Amino acid sequence: MARIARAEQHPAATGTTLVVMVGLGVTFLLFMAFLNVVKSGNLLNDSNLLYAALIFYSGAATLYLGFGVTGIPSYVRFASLATWAGLIANTGAVAHRWYEAGHPPFASIYEMLLSFVWTLAVLTLIAEKKFGVKVIGTVTMPVAIVGVVLMQLLRTEVHPLVPALQSTWLHVHVTLAMLAYAACALSFALAMMFLIQDKMKTETFLAATSLFGIGTYLGVLTRFEKWGGLSVIAWNPEEKSEMFLAKGVRLFVVIPDLGWLMLLVLAAVAAPLVLYVIWRKTGNENFIDIANCAVFVSILLQVLALVFFLLRARDGRYGSLDADGLFSTSLPASPFILSGLVGGIFVSLLYLLLLWRREDLERMLPSAEELDRITYKTIAIAFPLLTLMIAAGAYWANRTWGSYWSWDPKETWAAITWLVYAGYLHMRVTRGWRGRRAAYFAILGFAVVMFTFFGVTYLLPGMHAYA
Amino acid sequence: MATSIHSAARKTWQTLGAIKTGVVLLILVVIISAAGTVILQRPATDADEMQRAYSPQVLRLLDGVGLTDVFHAWWFVTLLVLVSLSIIAASIQRFPNSWRYYARPYKSPDEAFRKALATQAVIPISDEETGLSVAERVFHKAGFSPERIVRENSFSLFGERNRFSEMSVYIVHASLLLIFLGGIVDALYGWRAFVTLTRGQQSSQVQTQNGSKRNLGFAIRCDGAGQENYTDGTPKRWWSDLAIVENGQTVVSKQIVVNDPLVYQGIRFYQASYGKTGKIDKLVLTATARDGNAPKDITIGLDETLPLDSDTTVRLAEFIPDYVLRDGQIYARSGDLENPAAHLVVESRSSGKAVNVWLPPIPGFEENASSPYTFEGKDVQMAYFTGLEVSHEPGQWSVWAGVLVMGFGLAVVFYFVHVRVWAVPVRDARGKLTLWIGGTANKNKDVFEQRFRKLIEQIESEMKVSSKAGADAPVIALAGR
Repeated sequence: MARIARAEQHPAATGTTLVVMVGLGVTFLLFMAFLNVVKSGNLLNDSNLLYAALIFYSGAATLYLGFGVTGIPSYVRFASLATWAGLIANTGAVAHRWYEAGHPPFASIYEMLLSFVWTLAVLTLIAEKKFGVKVIGTVTMPVAIVGVVLMQLLRTEVHPLVPALQSTWLHVHVTLAMLAYAACALSFALAMMFLIQDKMKTETFLAATSLFGIGTYLGVLTRFEKWGGLSVIAWNPEEKSEMFLAKGVRLFVVIPDLGWLMLLVLAAVAAPLVLYVIWRKTGNENFIDIANCAVFVSILLQVLALVFFLLRARDGRYGSLDADGLFSTSLPASPFILSGLVGGIFVSLLYLLLLWRREDLERMLPSAEELDRITYKTIAIAFPLLTLMIAAGAYWANRTWGSYWSWDPKETWAAITWLVYAGYLHMRVTRGWRGRRAAYFAILGFAVVMFTFFGVTYLLPGMHAYA
Repeated sequence: MATSIHSAARKTWQTLGAIKTGVVLLILVVIISAAGTVILQRPATDADEMQRAYSPQVLRLLDGVGLTDVFHAWWFVTLLVLVSLSIIAASIQRFPNSWRYYARPYKSPDEAFRKALATQAVIPISDEETGLSVAERVFHKAGFSPERIVRENSFSLFGERNRFSEMSVYIVHASLLLIFLGGIVDALYGWRAFVTLTRGQQSSQVQTQNGSKRNLGFAIRCDGAGQENYTDGTPKRWWSDLAIVENGQTVVSKQIVVNDPLVYQGIRFYQASYGKTGKIDKLVLTATARDGNAPKDITIGLDETLPLDSDTTVRLAEFIPDYVLRDGQIYARSGDLENPAAHLVVESRSSGKAVNVWLPPIPGFEENASSPYTFEGKDVQMAYFTGLEVSHEPGQWSVWAGVLVMGFGLAVVFYFVHVRVWAVPVRDARGKLTLWIGGTANKNKDVFEQRFRKLIEQIESEMKVSSKAGADAPVIALAGR
């Protein structure tokens, strides 16, 4: 009650400040970008448009976060406007890419990300306008930003379509995939919000955040080398591709000392979980307070690790364990480490938002039942799309590879995704699973989707080599 | 004894159809197929790479358990069959109930049902007939096609839409079984093979994946194959002109490209690869006679003999695309057209004298000076092979049928709501005549609730119009829990 009163007293002053600051920031960045454009003399190409989209999406994300923190309604209006502006720039980028390449932007991981971010922005606006889930942008916009940033690192040259991709089915298959995946992303965001609204304990979120961080940094540390180095893939700047020792064997270089830093970060992100476990055992609230401080420390360390990684992996030349001499590496060689670091920071920040502004968040979100229902509805849209996507892929594969099903890793993981969501639907219908368990399922489903989209492409060998 | 066997069978049957069994089986499928994507798989990965990736003991273990070819291992196939059986059992066990529900709709709700229904409203009416006919009109407009239900001492109204959506789950399950059936048929009777052909070559045998030969029953001939490149040098298109030859006659001919196979008698030929054979297809030469006759162009293939004049013939004896001379010997360095050499034999029929002509003249081998003709190379066309993937999948039609049925089934499952409405004239506690209206939907209940409220508003306003003469009946209760 007191909190509501407070929020209603203050809005005017703080409200304008953030909007003005974001507005100024966006204007400044656009101005700088404009100077750059004037210098290069080429206004409308997809990288400029994408840059504009990035600026607007960042503005939108800031405002959505601001709304999450303060609950001032005008923020959301401006955030929507910024999303619209970003979407227009994004649409321009898609259209330009399409025109330049002569085919819809589905042919490489860069083009797929372009389409994915576009779909995500559209769905965000739909969710906001049609379902009234105003704070959805707090989750989806940062995802869009990560997407756009990743795109800046990936190879962007237009490649003509290889023969296998010259098919109408490419467009059908990928359009369906992007729609389905974006719907899954939305259901994930809704499920998270449901958990907040369903009074899931903030401490549980703390443990989950910590677990996510531990998973991420353990993944990164599988590349830990002796003497505290971290190995990353060597990068051939001329061919813009990873370097290989032999067919299928990548060449790794070791960046010194980075391993120690990652180990330190791992300790920092693991600390809250340890403290959480102690709190569960002893019931001493102090431990939770310390854990929350630890989250703050871990964010600082993660930012430090990210900065170091950016500085050292950007264009360095390092030695390798498998070959003599120095080899260069570059950020695009390790999209996983990079998205892991960014993802870790982002998740911790979201936790802090939840920790500090939970009541405001709860006030702003639709009711738990409503969120549960919308989650189900997005999955009810995603599942048929997934089915059609797999069917279209199978039909296409039958015309190209000679078999509708070859147990290619991408195929297999698409089937696993389908099974997970099928499980969700069965549990919901036959067992009446509502609420939390359904939300966990939606989160699991999205994790599998992300693995299918990125993990399979980068980690597992297979025929889906294009993306 | 007999009864115990019977009960055991019954128990197995029940267990098979239980949702728990289904879930456990699906989780197993998920885990095993995920493992199959992480562990390198046998036919796709070649043996050398397998040995590099795993130590001998581990590899032996993986091979022994079948984990290096998970998706074709007997236990994985058994698992999929179990999943099918579980779907069948579950569907059969649940079907009678659903069918009863579907075939004998619940048309006149009794008091207990009326009390328990979540979405309902009560509107006061002046007499039964007016109330029911108004409700009937509104239901009709909303597309419920209402019918009057007459019982001994009462009559009421029942309307519904999309009753078939109650059966949609069975459609989806049936479609899944169709897909599985297709997969099983293909696993048993389908095969995949490979054949390479050069221009003009024909073959009636193909090599299957396990290395054995398979007779097609007809022959496939390649009339030409090629590659087109983009300006940046990356391949744009591979094509092969194929012809099916049966009993010495060309039955079908078609140009295939990647994405567009040739199908004959259920056997499909796909463009899979294309490359150099390292052999020559055609050599174009200009032959000039020493006696001063006009030079002429000849096109010659390997081991082909062509007449140059009435007495002289030429034969292409050897063609080395990339030769080196070492220790007085000619060696082929590679199959690429880098440093070609052609060996021609010029023969005089009358004298029987044969002369070795080398292009370029290689010392120690060439006798170019004694040849009656001089030759100049103009063009070389190397022979290319086209690699064709051949597959026979008799079950695929079942798969596609399954996919179509599933698309339809899912559309019905998610987007067709079975909605039922009832209107019953009842007397309330104070003995006043009212119209009880109730409704239910099998999904999207929130949307239905809003719709139901609109229906009630409509009925109320129409009721006012039809009973304008009488006193306006106030709404007593509108309960939509």
